[in-house]
Amino acid sequence: MSLSRLPEPDRDVLARSAAIIKDLEQLIGADAVISEEEGRRTFETDALTVYRRVPLAVVLPRSTEEVAKVLKYCHEQRIKVVPRGAGTSLSGGALPAEDAVVVAISRMNRVLDVDLANRIISVETGITNLGVTQAVEAEGFFYAPDPSSQLACTIGGNLAMNSGGAHCLKYGVTTNNVLGLRIVLMDGEIVEIGGPHLDAEGYDLLALIVGSEGQFGIVTEATLRILPKAESARPILLGFESSEAAGRCVAAIIASGIVPVAIEFMDKPAIAVAEAYAKAGYPLDVEALLIVEVEGAPEEVSRLLGDIVEIAKPFRPKVVEMSSSPEQSAKIWKGRKAAFGAIGRISDYYCMDGTIPLSRLPEVLTRISEICASHSLKVANVFHAGDGNLHPLILYDANKPDEAQSAALAGAEILKLCVEVGGCLTGEHGVGIEKRDLMGVQFSDADLAVQMRIRSVFDPLWLLNVGKVFPLDAIEGQATQTTRAA
Amino acid sequence: MSDLQKPAADWELQFMVAGCAEKRLPIEIVGAGSKRAVGRPIDSAITITTASLRGITLYEPSELVMTARAGTPVSHVEAELAAHGQMLAFEPIDVAPAVGGPQGAQTIGAVFATNLSGARRIQVGAARDHLLGIKGVNGRAEMFQSGGRVMKNVTGYDVARGLTGSWGTLAVLTEVTFKVLPWPETAATIVYLGLPDNLAVELLCAAMAQPVEVSGAVHLQAPVAARLGHSGLKSMGKAVTALRIENFSAAVAGRSLKLKEALKVYGKGLELDHRESLEFWGELRRLSVMPNRQTLLWRISTKPTTAPKLVAAIKRYMPAEAFYDWAGGLIWLEVPAAADAGTAEIRRAAAIHGGHATLIRAEPAVRAAVEVFQPLSPPVERLTRDLKAAFDPAGILNPGRMYANV
Repeated sequence: MSLSRLPEPDRDVLARSAAIIKDLEQLIGADAVISEEEGRRTFETDALTVYRRVPLAVVLPRSTEEVAKVLKYCHEQRIKVVPRGAGTSLSGGALPAEDAVVVAISRMNRVLDVDLANRIISVETGITNLGVTQAVEAEGFFYAPDPSSQLACTIGGNLAMNSGGAHCLKYGVTTNNVLGLRIVLMDGEIVEIGGPHLDAEGYDLLALIVGSEGQFGIVTEATLRILPKAESARPILLGFESSEAAGRCVAAIIASGIVPVAIEFMDKPAIAVAEAYAKAGYPLDVEALLIVEVEGAPEEVSRLLGDIVEIAKPFRPKVVEMSSSPEQSAKIWKGRKAAFGAIGRISDYYCMDGTIPLSRLPEVLTRISEICASHSLKVANVFHAGDGNLHPLILYDANKPDEAQSAALAGAEILKLCVEVGGCLTGEHGVGIEKRDLMGVQFSDADLAVQMRIRSVFDPLWLLNVGKVFPLDAIEGQATQTTRAA
Repeated sequence: MSDLQKPAADWELQFMVAGCAEKRLPIEIVGAGSKRAVGRPIDSAITITTASLRGITLYEPSELVMTARAGTPVSHVEAELAAHGQMLAFEPIDVAPAVGGPQGAQTIGAVFATNLSGARRIQVGAARDHLLGIKGVNGRAEMFQSGGRVMKNVTGYDVARGLTGSWGTLAVLTEVTFKVLPWPETAATIVYLGLPDNLAVELLCAAMAQPVEVSGAVHLQAPVAARLGHSGLKSMGKAVTALRIENFSAAVAGRSLKLKEALKVYGKGLELDHRESLEFWGELRRLSVMPNRQTLLWRISTKPTTAPKLVAAIKRYMPAEAFYDWAGGLIWLEVPAAADAGTAEIRRAAAIHGGHATLIRAEPAVRAAVEVFQPLSPPVERLTRDLKAAFDPAGILNPGRMYANV
């Protein structure tokens, strides 16, 4: 596969690795430092496994203060740091480097405070996304962002990537559900931003930090908004003869004034694989399937689902299956939730994450098929239709270098197409290492310069999560400019 | 009166900023000028207004998205949305009536630049949560963009959202793209009368925990409630605690019943119908219960449950009248005029109970003398100054509007 070029490791740092490990052990204890090769190798990649780099060391701090000690030391010694949550990034956001220390927050996973009256929860960021909901669900509350990796992924990773999920059509993504955080800057300074109140004072630093892909600091604690769970929720399954009809139906539902909690879309290849695996009862003779979920009191849900059936009629759905029980709801969702795994069982795949304006959906799906066909590859589409966040899965055989290369090329063409029709490169997975070199497709030099200067405010020496987000040539350009200005 | 410039195109604005940057001339940035009396006074020879950068450039009702030039009046945006049964869900408030600016004139760019949201913020999020993308010109006279027109977008840093609430000190917005939502079919308001602050906030918090999607939760102390236009509520002479439910008719009816049942220990709620609801919440949006007078107006953000204690703490030092929004989390507090604006006492109370306070209304001399915006912790202040330098190294955009030398 055509891989992004990784920065050359700093030979001087590599030469000092034994001393660095010793220093780290002294700072936070040998039991919090992984130095032997086998242990370090466990951390060599994330969910974008084509990239692998064994880090210099891995540290597992137990407190904000320990994170601060490690960062201060690395700052003084000019050692790069790669923050890590659970390592579930699909864009290589947690990929280590040979000359970098991985700071993994997984040991810091406590719930610090649950405040139901004010509907907030404070946690250490090593807690899993699902762990937050589990801490409050007995009281009838939940934490809204729900990325599909929610069993494993950490809040720290969610904050770094501004993670979304299937239900963000109604409840927003991570940035809309964070009120405050505690962040350790690269020089070891601990900064509190926002708090249990709404709308933090001064500049919106929360907005800048959330989604900064681990390049501004390491967030160790967060105050999150929790919401009362709806009384009930039920999906409806709609099968259409064309993707275009399904796309137009989504637009009609939204234009009608109904805001479902989720609208998921699967095309024929995805339906076939998901059905074979999950036996969800999906129809196999339709070109596109929508799962639309609404919530509220049971009688409200019935009324909304009835409305949706009416709205869908002009688009001639071949299949209309309204869930009438929790078991049926679970069955309908089972296929969708298993889709990625099911496809992974039959083929290697490359998962894309562009977002497009919904009105361009039919045209974009046609062109995605054409792009993949031109590379002799198959594609299956599974995505969040309500907000236009596409997940084309390009199928290829990883054992055939040519196919892997073609998949990468097709993927890049698809993302360029997303930008061309008015969308963006990534809706929820982040830029990371994967889409770094495509940033110039979406942003001008000035746009990127604005972003890189913000990065320099938080991490002036550019030691955090180096080599990600920005094309290397843009970084070099910026560095030259800065040197000249200085 | 400073020289007023009205660029009609982005390049023209860029040209003006470039000229000022070169000569290090401070510029006051305004939209319609309706919030001009908020913040620290600016000493500048040049004012640039975005008022001529106007018009809706994209509206896709079926994608819940609109793009408008920054100088487009909010009234125009909302009229266009209403024609399609949609709205700015965060219900931007108009502070002009409270500070003596032109009412109903504010521009959409200024709404995002100041991030001032109304009652529905508690359910759907703030202005900043609805912003999807921006175009603008920074103090280096660079034209740049961030975000886009799609709901889900994590491509690069979230610079667009990062500019909300920066009051024109980092960049001049020229275009904003934002999420809109459908108007609910109907609304009902449940009102409880005569509750003391602590019980009222307890009620509001209990209501927010019910799965009925309360979209407004306010408490007006008796003297504040007396300023309501709603004849029934105004004449009661009692504090007013109100909750709003919005949805389709059958759902509103069912949810109101459930809510009243859950809150029955606080008394029997009165119900305002759809029309009365619109009137009541409309008044709050215009802050007409805090009319422009020779008093000071503070805006305090805190944790809902501590709000009544915070107000009580301030009342030990000065008379104060409160309008609690956001289930208590936002306090609009009117206190008597004073040379130091009661800053020390109010900020001390906020420090003890948690939260931050902004002085919204005071004479220019007072606003020049005290910290209008909440003073920042040393590390946040450093980040703030460095961000200012990154966007506007010559310090020409609204200098000092929020903080001295920022």
